[in-house]
Amino acid sequence: MERIKSFIEAAGWPRIIIALFLLSLFIIAPFVQVRLDASISDTLVRFGMNGVMVLAMVPMVQAGCGLNFGLPLGIIAGLLGAVTSIELNLTGLAGVLTAMAIAIPIAVLLGFAYGLLLNRVKGGEMMIATYVGFSSVAFMSIMWLLLPYKSPNMVWGYAGTGLRTTISVDQYWIRAISDVFAIQKGDYFYFPTGMFLFLGLLCFLMWIFMRTKTGTAMTTVGSNPDFARASGVNVDRMRTISVILSTVLGAIGIIVYQQSFGFIQLYMGPFYMAFPAVASILIGGASVNKASILNVIIGTILFQGILTMTPSVINSIVQTDMSEVVRIVVSNGMILYALTRVVSVKSR
Amino acid sequence: MAVQELLRMQGVGKSYFGNRVLANVNFTLGKGEILGLVGENGAGKSTLMNILFGMPVIAETGGFEGKILLDGKEVFFTNPFEALEAGVGMVHQEFSLIPGFSAAENIVLNRESTKYNLIVEAFGDRLRTLDRPKIDARAEKAIDTLNVVLDKKTIVSEMPVGHKQFVEIAREIDKETTRLLVLDEPTAVLTEGEAAILLQSMRRLADMGISIIFISHRLQEILDVCDKIIVLRDGEVVKELTPEKTDIFEIASAMVGRSIDKQFLREERVEILGEPLLKVENLWVDMPGETVRDVSFEVRKGEIFGIGGLAGQGKLGIGNGIMGLFAAGGTVAFDSRPVPLNDPMAVLSMGIAAVSEDRREVGLLLDEPISWNIIFTALQVQNRFLRTLPGGFIRIRDIKAIRECARQYIEALEIKCVSERQRVVELSGGNQQKVCLAKAFALEPRLLFVAEPTRGIDVGAKKVVLDTLREYNRKNGVTIVVISSELEEMRSICDRIAIIDEGRVAGILPASAPSAEFGLLMLGKVEKTKERVNV
Repeated sequence: MERIKSFIEAAGWPRIIIALFLLSLFIIAPFVQVRLDASISDTLVRFGMNGVMVLAMVPMVQAGCGLNFGLPLGIIAGLLGAVTSIELNLTGLAGVLTAMAIAIPIAVLLGFAYGLLLNRVKGGEMMIATYVGFSSVAFMSIMWLLLPYKSPNMVWGYAGTGLRTTISVDQYWIRAISDVFAIQKGDYFYFPTGMFLFLGLLCFLMWIFMRTKTGTAMTTVGSNPDFARASGVNVDRMRTISVILSTVLGAIGIIVYQQSFGFIQLYMGPFYMAFPAVASILIGGASVNKASILNVIIGTILFQGILTMTPSVINSIVQTDMSEVVRIVVSNGMILYALTRVVSVKSR
Repeated sequence: MAVQELLRMQGVGKSYFGNRVLANVNFTLGKGEILGLVGENGAGKSTLMNILFGMPVIAETGGFEGKILLDGKEVFFTNPFEALEAGVGMVHQEFSLIPGFSAAENIVLNRESTKYNLIVEAFGDRLRTLDRPKIDARAEKAIDTLNVVLDKKTIVSEMPVGHKQFVEIAREIDKETTRLLVLDEPTAVLTEGEAAILLQSMRRLADMGISIIFISHRLQEILDVCDKIIVLRDGEVVKELTPEKTDIFEIASAMVGRSIDKQFLREERVEILGEPLLKVENLWVDMPGETVRDVSFEVRKGEIFGIGGLAGQGKLGIGNGIMGLFAAGGTVAFDSRPVPLNDPMAVLSMGIAAVSEDRREVGLLLDEPISWNIIFTALQVQNRFLRTLPGGFIRIRDIKAIRECARQYIEALEIKCVSERQRVVELSGGNQQKVCLAKAFALEPRLLFVAEPTRGIDVGAKKVVLDTLREYNRKNGVTIVVISSELEEMRSICDRIAIIDEGRVAGILPASAPSAEFGLLMLGKVEKTKERVNV
């Protein structure tokens, strides 16, 4: 009994309730003709796709810069890497890795500037970050039209210039990471081993980083900047590093997402990308200035699990195709719920 | 004097999750009596008052043992409203006033006098009109009872703290049912003059038949005003005293459980002090509220050097300026090497450490474990507590070394905690201060600045902190600069004391100089400003 109590206390009621709800969906699924193996497979794939972008929240939260609502900035760096890699006609793992290699330096530059900006608006980071994300998306909507990409797979057919809104990576590097050691059982169950290994690697690197001198300093800056300064830590530098890290992870994250999803979504694609990631880490139990790898993993599984299962189960129960509606209601509902957590933590 | 009994506590006890904080408390309080409740921080005073007041935290954690009798009848309050109804009023340490309301409005809050109007017919009594003249009269009566000068129309946010305290007491008085009033350290925020007025008012209230439980750390006040004194230590009543038959020393020693009359006695030392270690010339520091204008002094090797002075004169700026926390200029030399100003890292790596006067904001990571607090600075400045991962490129925190170091200091400084992983915010003030000291010691500095080491901690912890500093100085030969407003404490451990006045050194005296001389140095300013005001 004591152990159950302490477990509930450690996990927190919201997570237990959401987990029980998710579990009940899995139990109901077979009864309403939703295949369990396909559902589990879907949940796992979505978890792998989104994991890196949720992980991108960790450094900034730890450094006290709040939740990275400016994730679209990192995503844009990732998109630039991805379209350039396709322009170069690269395929397979080489294509994905090139996309990342191009995206990372861009993300570092953008992240640095973004970090300088956030250092000037201490206390209001999240609001500013949201608008950095939005305005960068708007700016890039112009740029996607103007950038001199030529690959016929990517440009508008009738004009010959300007990138299309959705670009397929089918012939280039679809599932290039996911398929490494992937397991396919029957028609419905697919386990993207490579993507999980990659996510695991990034999580491990983050775990190590948080334990280095710099990572420790970063956590302390988030916990009490005055203390950190009195201990000889350059607070602004730590914050900038955290923003750069977050932006780079956002760039890598979107490339992982695309190779699994199969499409590159430009223009308004990155616009709302930050919200599911923010919601995931909050549902995972993070607060505005404390987040751990465990928060990332739990949060992503719960959020993506609910998002996968609710539409298909409800759809089968009501017997009409309204999965898209349900998906939007559920995902925005979860985001709304998660954002109320932000307020409660702040006011404590 | 046979007074009618109002409150009786019988065998009251309480434990939180198996941790006993209160055991078998028995006492009675007569009508119109003032009971002084003293004890160190964490002795169980607040818990006792929470039980009396029916705070939900008590019921949530399993209730309490024993009985409380009010007017001979057993009472059991499950929430503060029931206590209020039964005539138990409480004035908290934190102000629970509405800042934008006037004194009168706060005094009658939620019990306003009202008048009938037509809307009431439709919407009920909650829409009655306020009867302003009556409210004002009530507020005035309550304020008059306290015998203080206080304008009932002043907005609370514009009042000095002392007046806020009075408003809060006036609110309790205004409740006609109030029979028992609990004052939790009401004088802590008051000036001496205001405190004296409050004590008089308390006497008047008692004469009107209201019983008072008075909690205070200022023992002289307790002696002056109370009819009965109860000393709590570690959750038990260790002594019940009457003021006529006791004195401060008896109360204080009962509180800490050991004889402390020698606490502030000086221990003369014989060895001759060494060469100058720290030379400060023409230092200025731009610290808001503590501006340092032009300060020069020398601290010798192995010395405990005190810096005193009244608040706001700049004594705190000196330490913070040298540590690089505020913009500063001038020349500072440590061991004949120049100390770069405005660069905390450089100063720390020269072997200078500091304990901040602002424990909660600057000194501690409240939400992190004790061990982090202790080792963080050493980790950042000296690259200690790191271990190399296989491969040799990356170094991460060495959990084992950190734990060992933290445990060592927890033991050495007797920090009361569950384990080194407990969060610092859960510790009492005295233990937090010990963590601050441990943090500075972990740097193994050659020069240590300690600002206000005893601020906001109880008598027992003060002694431990001062003893620790002295021992650290004697055993490790570390030079210490103590910056404090508590002159007597400084005189007990320092060798020489500089008095800062208007951002300048007013004088440096050996600690054995009579306190009157220090007083004159400090007050030099007070007289000067007086003259200026007169002109």
